[in-house]
Amino acid sequence: MDGGSTIVLPAKRRGLRTALRRYFADPYAVVGCVIYVVFIVLGILAGWLAQYDPTEILFTDDGQLAASLPPSAAHWLGTTNLGRDIFSQLVMGIRPSLFVGITAAVGVSALGTAVGVLAGYFGGVVDTLLMRLTDVVLGLPFLPFVIVLAALLGPSLQNVVFSVVILLWPNAARIIRAQLLTLMQRQFIEAARVTGASHSRIILVHILPNILPLSLLYGSISVGWAILTQASVSFLGFGDQDTISWGFMLQDAYASQALSQAQYNWFVPPGLCIVFVVAAGFFLSRGYENLIFPKLKQ
Amino acid sequence: MVFYAKRLAHMVFVLWAIATILFLMFRLLPGDPTIAYLDPSFTGEQRQMILHDFGLDQPLWWQYVLFLGNLLHGQFGLSFRQRLPVTDMILSVLPNTLLLTLVALIAAYAFGALVGALMAWKRGGALETIGIPLVLATRAAPEFWIGMVLLAVFAFGVGWFPAGGATSPGAVFTSNLARYSSADFLRHLVLPAFTLMIYLQGLPLLLMRSNMLEVMGEEFVIMARMKGLPERTIMLRHAARNALLPLVTAFALGFGATLGGDVVVETVFSWPGLGRMLVDAVSSSDYPLAQGAFLMIAAVLVTMNLLADIAYGLLDPRVAHGRR
Repeated sequence: MDGGSTIVLPAKRRGLRTALRRYFADPYAVVGCVIYVVFIVLGILAGWLAQYDPTEILFTDDGQLAASLPPSAAHWLGTTNLGRDIFSQLVMGIRPSLFVGITAAVGVSALGTAVGVLAGYFGGVVDTLLMRLTDVVLGLPFLPFVIVLAALLGPSLQNVVFSVVILLWPNAARIIRAQLLTLMQRQFIEAARVTGASHSRIILVHILPNILPLSLLYGSISVGWAILTQASVSFLGFGDQDTISWGFMLQDAYASQALSQAQYNWFVPPGLCIVFVVAAGFFLSRGYENLIFPKLKQ
Repeated sequence: MVFYAKRLAHMVFVLWAIATILFLMFRLLPGDPTIAYLDPSFTGEQRQMILHDFGLDQPLWWQYVLFLGNLLHGQFGLSFRQRLPVTDMILSVLPNTLLLTLVALIAAYAFGALVGALMAWKRGGALETIGIPLVLATRAAPEFWIGMVLLAVFAFGVGWFPAGGATSPGAVFTSNLARYSSADFLRHLVLPAFTLMIYLQGLPLLLMRSNMLEVMGEEFVIMARMKGLPERTIMLRHAARNALLPLVTAFALGFGATLGGDVVVETVFSWPGLGRMLVDAVSSSDYPLAQGAFLMIAAVLVTMNLLADIAYGLLDPRVAHGRR
């Protein structure tokens, strides 16, 4: 162990390949990934897959309203009580869900990382203030606050994303701050400071790469939460009535007595889609967790 | 002692901050809260009188002082719509919500602890292979959708349970106790409580399983094995007991969080509780009522977080050392 020896780092590309191999060794991660890819592809092709305009009121050949039709070749999942094609609504509903999930994930990890890094890096008053803010936000009941915000800001997908982001960032911020506190004790940070690196250089070049895996983890967890929240908000009637989403379909079915008419073809598929997408998010973050914290894997 | 005082002060601070955020949100955000209430046909004078009745003609800072003062007295003002004291309205539905939450939580934690321990014991078996994805799927399912499916099958399909509400219309009870212990109430409680339970059991189950796995590697379990104790005794008396501890904290935290999540379940089953009252109040712009219901839920949440924190230190003295 002479001080002059250099540490040999594995080549970057090989590191990535091992990481990917280890990631996909977890069967959950594979399943999660497959589900996501399928839904993303379906979401892109939705316009082409939907045989009808999801809001169009359809009529049968003899001029009758095509209401509450059972599944058939023409309408794979049947029609709603107002003669709208359920399958077309279902595939068009992929888009808002993915939009909400992905944008909220980006927002949560960005805001959580920013607050966590600022608090942990600068410490002192900044830390105290930001952590008190975190406590307050964690004291807000989640769904009630989203509803109140949705009612006050108006119903739209963007507002749902906004509410999810401002409620979910504290979890990420707390963990990232804790991670930063240990990181700050490491020698390479001190070395950077001694050589006169600016705050922004230390944060961007030395700290962020070490924090990134954690912020991605919290981002991936938020995807599911955001999709579930959007569905709940729509179901409670505070959603955008012009966007066909799975939550909207469920609310429509509930309000149109689909339950007592036993129209399972109407209200089961949207729920199953939500289960698949959200569970896929859980599976993905599980595989990801194994990758960052290999010790946890038992 | 210092720790408890600090935690309590902290809790009061969080509640004050939440109350302030709520006050500002309802008054500063675009849109006049009185528009929904005031009829355009009212004369200016009538309008002024109503504004005066609700204290809405005062300057903002004075409204805020009045609001905080009333809060300290446990008063949330008058409901815009029903013209009844918000506090009374909340207290009348609170037992429904608390009962629903408690029944569901206890069932969920009993089930979760049992099955979670079993999964850890029979590690790698069929139970685990099928069980874990299934549990994750229940965590991924929207609560209201689980409720809708149960309603369609058990209420509208086979007709075993009523489709909504907490008691049959027209039912009269001599006392509250008679009401909450009546067969009628319990029959109404089954489906919403079961829905909540399905959603809630995942967390204690997964938690119990990982705790068990961790505890099973500890020295006292190995010691018990060396003593030649039967596997059953080791699992139940030694491992499971110790693995249960973190579930107590999770229960307290879960209680606070569930109260917020009840909103959707109560709406699906038309359960006359705090959550549904909040939804109705928000959609009809009854701001005093919405504010009151929201603050009530937040107060329970924050209190439960405090209790969880305290319980954590009491049950596991190793944690308490690092505090102060």
